[in-house]
Amino acid sequence: MSLTQDQVGQIAYLARLSLSDEQLESNTKDLNSILGLAEQLADIDTDDIEPMAHPLHMSQRLREDVVNEQDQSELFQTIAPKIGNKHYLVPTVIE
Amino acid sequence: MQWETVIGLEIHAQLSTKSKIFSAASTKFGQEPNSQACAVDLGLPGVLPVLNKEAVDKAIRFGLAVNAHINQRNVFDRKNYFYPDLPKGYQISQLDWPIVGEGEIEISIGDETKIIGVTRAHLEEDAGKSVHDMFDDYSAIDLNRAGTPLLEIVSEPDMRSAKEAVAYAKKIHALVQYIGICDGNMQEGSFRCDANVSIRPMGQEKLGTRAELKNINSFKFLEKAINLEVERQQDIIEDGGEVVQETRLYDAVKNETRSMRSKEEANDYRYFPDPDLLPVEISDEMLENIKSELPELPQEKKARFINDLGLNDYDADVLTSQKSLADYFEIMLEGNTSNAKLCANWVMGELSASLNKNQIEIDNSPVSAQDLSLLITRIGDDTISGKIAKDVFKAIWDGEGSADEIIDAKGLKQMTDTGAIEAIVDEIIANNAPQVEQFKSGNEKILGFFVGQAMKATQGKANPKLLNELLRSKLS
Repeated sequence: MSLTQDQVGQIAYLARLSLSDEQLESNTKDLNSILGLAEQLADIDTDDIEPMAHPLHMSQRLREDVVNEQDQSELFQTIAPKIGNKHYLVPTVIE
Repeated sequence: MQWETVIGLEIHAQLSTKSKIFSAASTKFGQEPNSQACAVDLGLPGVLPVLNKEAVDKAIRFGLAVNAHINQRNVFDRKNYFYPDLPKGYQISQLDWPIVGEGEIEISIGDETKIIGVTRAHLEEDAGKSVHDMFDDYSAIDLNRAGTPLLEIVSEPDMRSAKEAVAYAKKIHALVQYIGICDGNMQEGSFRCDANVSIRPMGQEKLGTRAELKNINSFKFLEKAINLEVERQQDIIEDGGEVVQETRLYDAVKNETRSMRSKEEANDYRYFPDPDLLPVEISDEMLENIKSELPELPQEKKARFINDLGLNDYDADVLTSQKSLADYFEIMLEGNTSNAKLCANWVMGELSASLNKNQIEIDNSPVSAQDLSLLITRIGDDTISGKIAKDVFKAIWDGEGSADEIIDAKGLKQMTDTGAIEAIVDEIIANNAPQVEQFKSGNEKILGFFVGQAMKATQGKANPKLLNELLRSKLS
């Protein structure tokens, strides 16, 4: 399996990365080399193997349903680029 | 051409937990903007999501209630997309290993019943809220809702009309409230429906291209939006065009659906298992515990109303269609087990009519279940007749007091004094010789005339049963 430059461009767009033509070319090469490495796995018969969701053989710990977070919005908003009426402000997004 | 409509619904039910699905921030509605968005909800670096046990518990409850397979091992994934109200750049959801697998639920439309398949139900976190009209050049983001637990319930494309879709949505709506996992408040967005709608020529197996309708926040709008969309698709195809797969927004004000965003390009979410969360293992013990604590389900309650109380199918169906209605009815029953049918008639008749007329929900009924229960008791023990009871009901509604107080104050107590009624009956018989003749010559119907006269003379207070007996014995 290998990726075309167009596909890499699409992936970059989805990740909101702006790549120059040169970067696109070198990234395509790099990604294909990584995929080539992973491709060795295709030689193994994995039919009876359950896909792994996590490398640790442990299960998720569950938390009791208790509220113990305090309102720290003032602190958090000190690092926001823009705030107003207690809201985080972003350039207008309208459907 | 004859078209067949095919509908599948995706319902987002907000699980009624105190804290969020992955953080210990409060989920309370209507608080000051961003006051309940903690570091985890904001996706600040270095935070770790920890799953809320109660959210898992409630999802399982739903699965059990629709007879679904519970996946005792399930996995959280990241669904990647960019939007300002999604701080992390991904939503934690479940893709390949959802907590609830295939199940089913029965719906009724008129006399017909139909089984609708539930494909799956998975846990996920809600996004924040964008406010577009607060500032001219900015969208304002409130992240209080970010991280609120949702159960997304996906149906099979089993519904064939807007009516069926509404019946299914209402059924799920009632169910989540019965089992106490969601408050069902559609205005506050605790229960939201998206509809996948497509059409195909009648008899064709292959599904048509579907459009996904979003932003539907009432059952009425659900029906309207689907019908609009079916019409739109028919027009397109009959004009030789093709339906494109897209997301469409329902606009209740303009009563139209319109294309929402060119979501096609962005519709690549690149799901992968969330490395911050380990697979969830649900032990047999936890599953058994939840099973044993599951409250009576609507269908079980309905069966009990039919079998134990002798109600008919229709009555039992209506009374169990909403948890609040069933609760009301059951409180009434406490003092009136032998008058179940009478209780049912009053709830579905006089009470429902008055509530509808005044557009009041049963939870806010001016006549409480206890009030109505006492009224039924007074009909049952012959203190008042059913007819007088309607006046008493109205007085209770208007806040004039309890049934007993009103009966006393207005002197509505039924006449059960045989002697007094007898005197009136004698007088009526003496004054209406022609009608007496008619009765004697076999005109049974004329009895109604005498009953009417006696009721008139007693302002409706004569005990009907006693009166009938006396009339019959005197006349024959």
